[in-house]
Amino acid sequence: MALVTVTIDGLTVQVPEGTSVLDAARSIGINIPALCHDPDLIPVGACRLCVVEVENMRNLPASCVTICTEGMVIRTNTPQIKEARKTILELLVANHPLDCLTCEKSGDCLLQEYCYEYGVKSDIFKGEQHDYPLEDDNPFYIRDMNKCIVCGRCIRTCEEVVGRNILDFSYRGFKTKPGPFMDTTMSASDCVYCGSCVTVCPVGALVEKERIGKGRHWEIEKVKTVCPYCGTGCTIDLNVKDGKVIGVTGNPDGDVNGRFLCVKGRFGYEFIDSDQRLKKPLIKKDGEFVEASWDEATSLVASKLQENKEKNGPDSTAVLSSARCTNEENYLLSKFTRAVIGTNNIDHCARL
Amino acid sequence: MQLVRAHVLVCGGKNCTASGSEQVREAFAKELEKKKLDQEIRLVETDCHGFCEMGPLVIVYPEGTFYVRVTAEDVPVIIEEHLVKGRPVDRLLYKAPVKEDEIPKYKELDFYRKQHRVALRNCGSINPEKIEEYIARGGYASLEKAIYDLTPEQVIEETKTSGLRGRGGGGFPTGLKWEFCRRSPGDLKYLICNADEGDPGAFMDRSILEGDPHSLIEGMAIAAYAIGCSEGYIYCRAEYPLAIKRLKIAIAQAEELGLLGDNILGTDFSFTLHIKEGAGAFVCGEETALMASIEGKRGMPRVRPPFPAQKGLWDKPSNINNVETYANVPMIIGKGADWFGSMGTEKSKGTKVFALTGKVNNTGLVEVPMGVTIRDIIFEIGGGIVGGKEYKGVQIGGPSGGCIPASLMDTPVDYESLIEAGAMMGSGGLVVMDETTCMVDLSRFFLNFTQSESCGKCTPCREGTKRMLEILTRICEGEGVPEDIETLERLGRVIKSTALCGLGNTAPNPVLSTLRYFRDEYEAHIYDKRCPAHACSALLVYTIDEEKCSGCGRCARACPAGAITGEKKEPHKIDPEKCIKCGSCIESCKRGAILRL
Repeated sequence: MALVTVTIDGLTVQVPEGTSVLDAARSIGINIPALCHDPDLIPVGACRLCVVEVENMRNLPASCVTICTEGMVIRTNTPQIKEARKTILELLVANHPLDCLTCEKSGDCLLQEYCYEYGVKSDIFKGEQHDYPLEDDNPFYIRDMNKCIVCGRCIRTCEEVVGRNILDFSYRGFKTKPGPFMDTTMSASDCVYCGSCVTVCPVGALVEKERIGKGRHWEIEKVKTVCPYCGTGCTIDLNVKDGKVIGVTGNPDGDVNGRFLCVKGRFGYEFIDSDQRLKKPLIKKDGEFVEASWDEATSLVASKLQENKEKNGPDSTAVLSSARCTNEENYLLSKFTRAVIGTNNIDHCARL
Repeated sequence: MQLVRAHVLVCGGKNCTASGSEQVREAFAKELEKKKLDQEIRLVETDCHGFCEMGPLVIVYPEGTFYVRVTAEDVPVIIEEHLVKGRPVDRLLYKAPVKEDEIPKYKELDFYRKQHRVALRNCGSINPEKIEEYIARGGYASLEKAIYDLTPEQVIEETKTSGLRGRGGGGFPTGLKWEFCRRSPGDLKYLICNADEGDPGAFMDRSILEGDPHSLIEGMAIAAYAIGCSEGYIYCRAEYPLAIKRLKIAIAQAEELGLLGDNILGTDFSFTLHIKEGAGAFVCGEETALMASIEGKRGMPRVRPPFPAQKGLWDKPSNINNVETYANVPMIIGKGADWFGSMGTEKSKGTKVFALTGKVNNTGLVEVPMGVTIRDIIFEIGGGIVGGKEYKGVQIGGPSGGCIPASLMDTPVDYESLIEAGAMMGSGGLVVMDETTCMVDLSRFFLNFTQSESCGKCTPCREGTKRMLEILTRICEGEGVPEDIETLERLGRVIKSTALCGLGNTAPNPVLSTLRYFRDEYEAHIYDKRCPAHACSALLVYTIDEEKCSGCGRCARACPAGAITGEKKEPHKIDPEKCIKCGSCIESCKRGAILRL
């Protein structure tokens, strides 16, 4: 791929053609703040926090949507840029409830991080603030539109990643906010609650209900595993605090899914600690299920299969697998059925 | 064809209609029929003549007698006196506010004499619902010339040579824009007309759409030929129902005559035109938001590049110009680039239509060559300030524009000079202000408009204009603090340099330009809690001059709040706590004893 050479804050860097100024700067360790930018989404240049100075360009362009061209000279840290970024942050904070003490997002909040970096105080612009009621009408997440910074990441995720198109902006000007069509409630919309919008929200406007009060961002240990629900095999991170799973997030490096999951993978982890969870095999003896060891259970199944094969021939056994199993599990079962039992009678539930 | 001895033109423009021109037209129709004159005198309903201040307007040809503020009751008199006996009705003739002598002839009026009508060439002179009348005035001859005698490249070259620049405000060279789009790879290209005229008080495009829709259609057809577009959209705001109706009629008529649609004038060139109605968002006048709206999405601007010429409507190369720009095109092709270039200044060629409003005698639409001074427009064409008050400045370019003070009234009106003065051409709104206009209040008005019309996409515009408005409101209410000026300047600077689209980039202009030229007014509000123009009611103090007060009690009776007390024949007093600053007392006092400070 062709390369272009640009100068950022006096450093010369070569980047592939089509690289944004933001990515070029980040590639050489120059951090430019950005709220609406998300590596998994098409950049839109809405929050304007990532503005930079480019020689021979009018105004301050947003670096996330400015493409590097040969010989471009960029500055990312002039007094004018600092003033612009600080002012933009002050404007956002002027209309943002600063309840960081109890906000679930604290410690993982981009607004908080940048305000710290730019030394933003809370009382620069005093004026009207939004006073929306808390939206907790759906079972999975809470929407607090008072905390929303209108970056539009949730809307773009729903459109570009999930393909549901549930969200868009409503109203104009200061009243602009994301939401379902006609600003109805989430529960009245066609939302499938995959929670992808929660994943991308840079602030505490979208928060998982089950996690509230269970642990701070910095207390969590992430344990990489595979989602148990279906054959897609999403890579997930169990969010563990004190040996207990308090949430599930998509693993950004996961080949299949990245940060995005479905409703079951993201929210359906309650079973882990359920009293009704089957933890040991049960064998029915005299009409009652009795706990047994794994060896005992597998031996029993093997002997029954063997017995049936000898008595009635291999085709008297049929195996039904599940689409919830991983590809590897389904492969093994198929191999077992055909090679060990010796029948082609194998199918799985997705065909029913 | 039946010959008639006289034409009576009744203006059917929106402002004249609002002042009752429909009743005037009906009265003429009835009266002419009654007197059996309807065969020899033709009654024509035209569109706007631009001189709205004086409406309803009636013009009688062949003399070109110009009657103003005509009512239905005047109609029998005009018919009897003028059309039967040949004596113009003196009392209905236009009287210039500066000179007292009467000027009866249409073309001789100062208001029209100083104008140069190119884009508005047919407005008010033809019936906009008849294509024949447009053709009779030379219409569609330029389209024919372009298609038969010129190559697309030659049309672009001619447009480039003419120096025509976008009349929507940006002032980008039109020919160059067309060339970019023509050179952009792709088979399907779109031509778009921005008819989403949204600046408060602006109605230039509306007049063309309603008064001469074919000039737009012809201009678009020529542009389509030059660029290579087979399909076009006119994005017209839904608040212009008459314009939409007339556009529909005009498109149908042009299609019927083979001037639009497939194989135009028997050639291989085809061009289909659609109308798309807006839904009331000011921001849809921004080209990328406009295209999103045509596509059926929420009208929100997106970052450029890619420019429409590269990736426009439905990601196809597209060209967007506004109504006035297209309306100039047939004249350029017809009369040549040199003719067009002979008008205007070196960098701003041709003419520009302005909506002249505010504290000026002759409000209405004016079209002048670029480069005339603000003084010429306001004092020659506009007839000066209402009531002989002192001229203070002019707001040019609507909510994106700025204020130019009286001291700079010799500034030529062209793209560069206006930007240098801190304003911009914009779409062409001209609001004239006198000594009673408060500049802080004026900024507040415009900021209120832009902040409520902000699309909400980018932070500086959405949040910043809101805070600017709050600060301005506070200052007008006498609660401004010294830091406010600095904060306004900082917000203005940041919004201007970081906002995503043109709406945001220019939204602070009214504040920044008034801070530049009328900073003392802001300071008077903040430090002295005083409004020098006596316009901000929260800052007014009403007092009674004891020397002059005779104690007649009129003011006390007129006061709706019971704030004035006093013994008979003794000087009265106003209780500032109770006073609601309505001004009733001043109107009631015959001795001028009540002061508003």
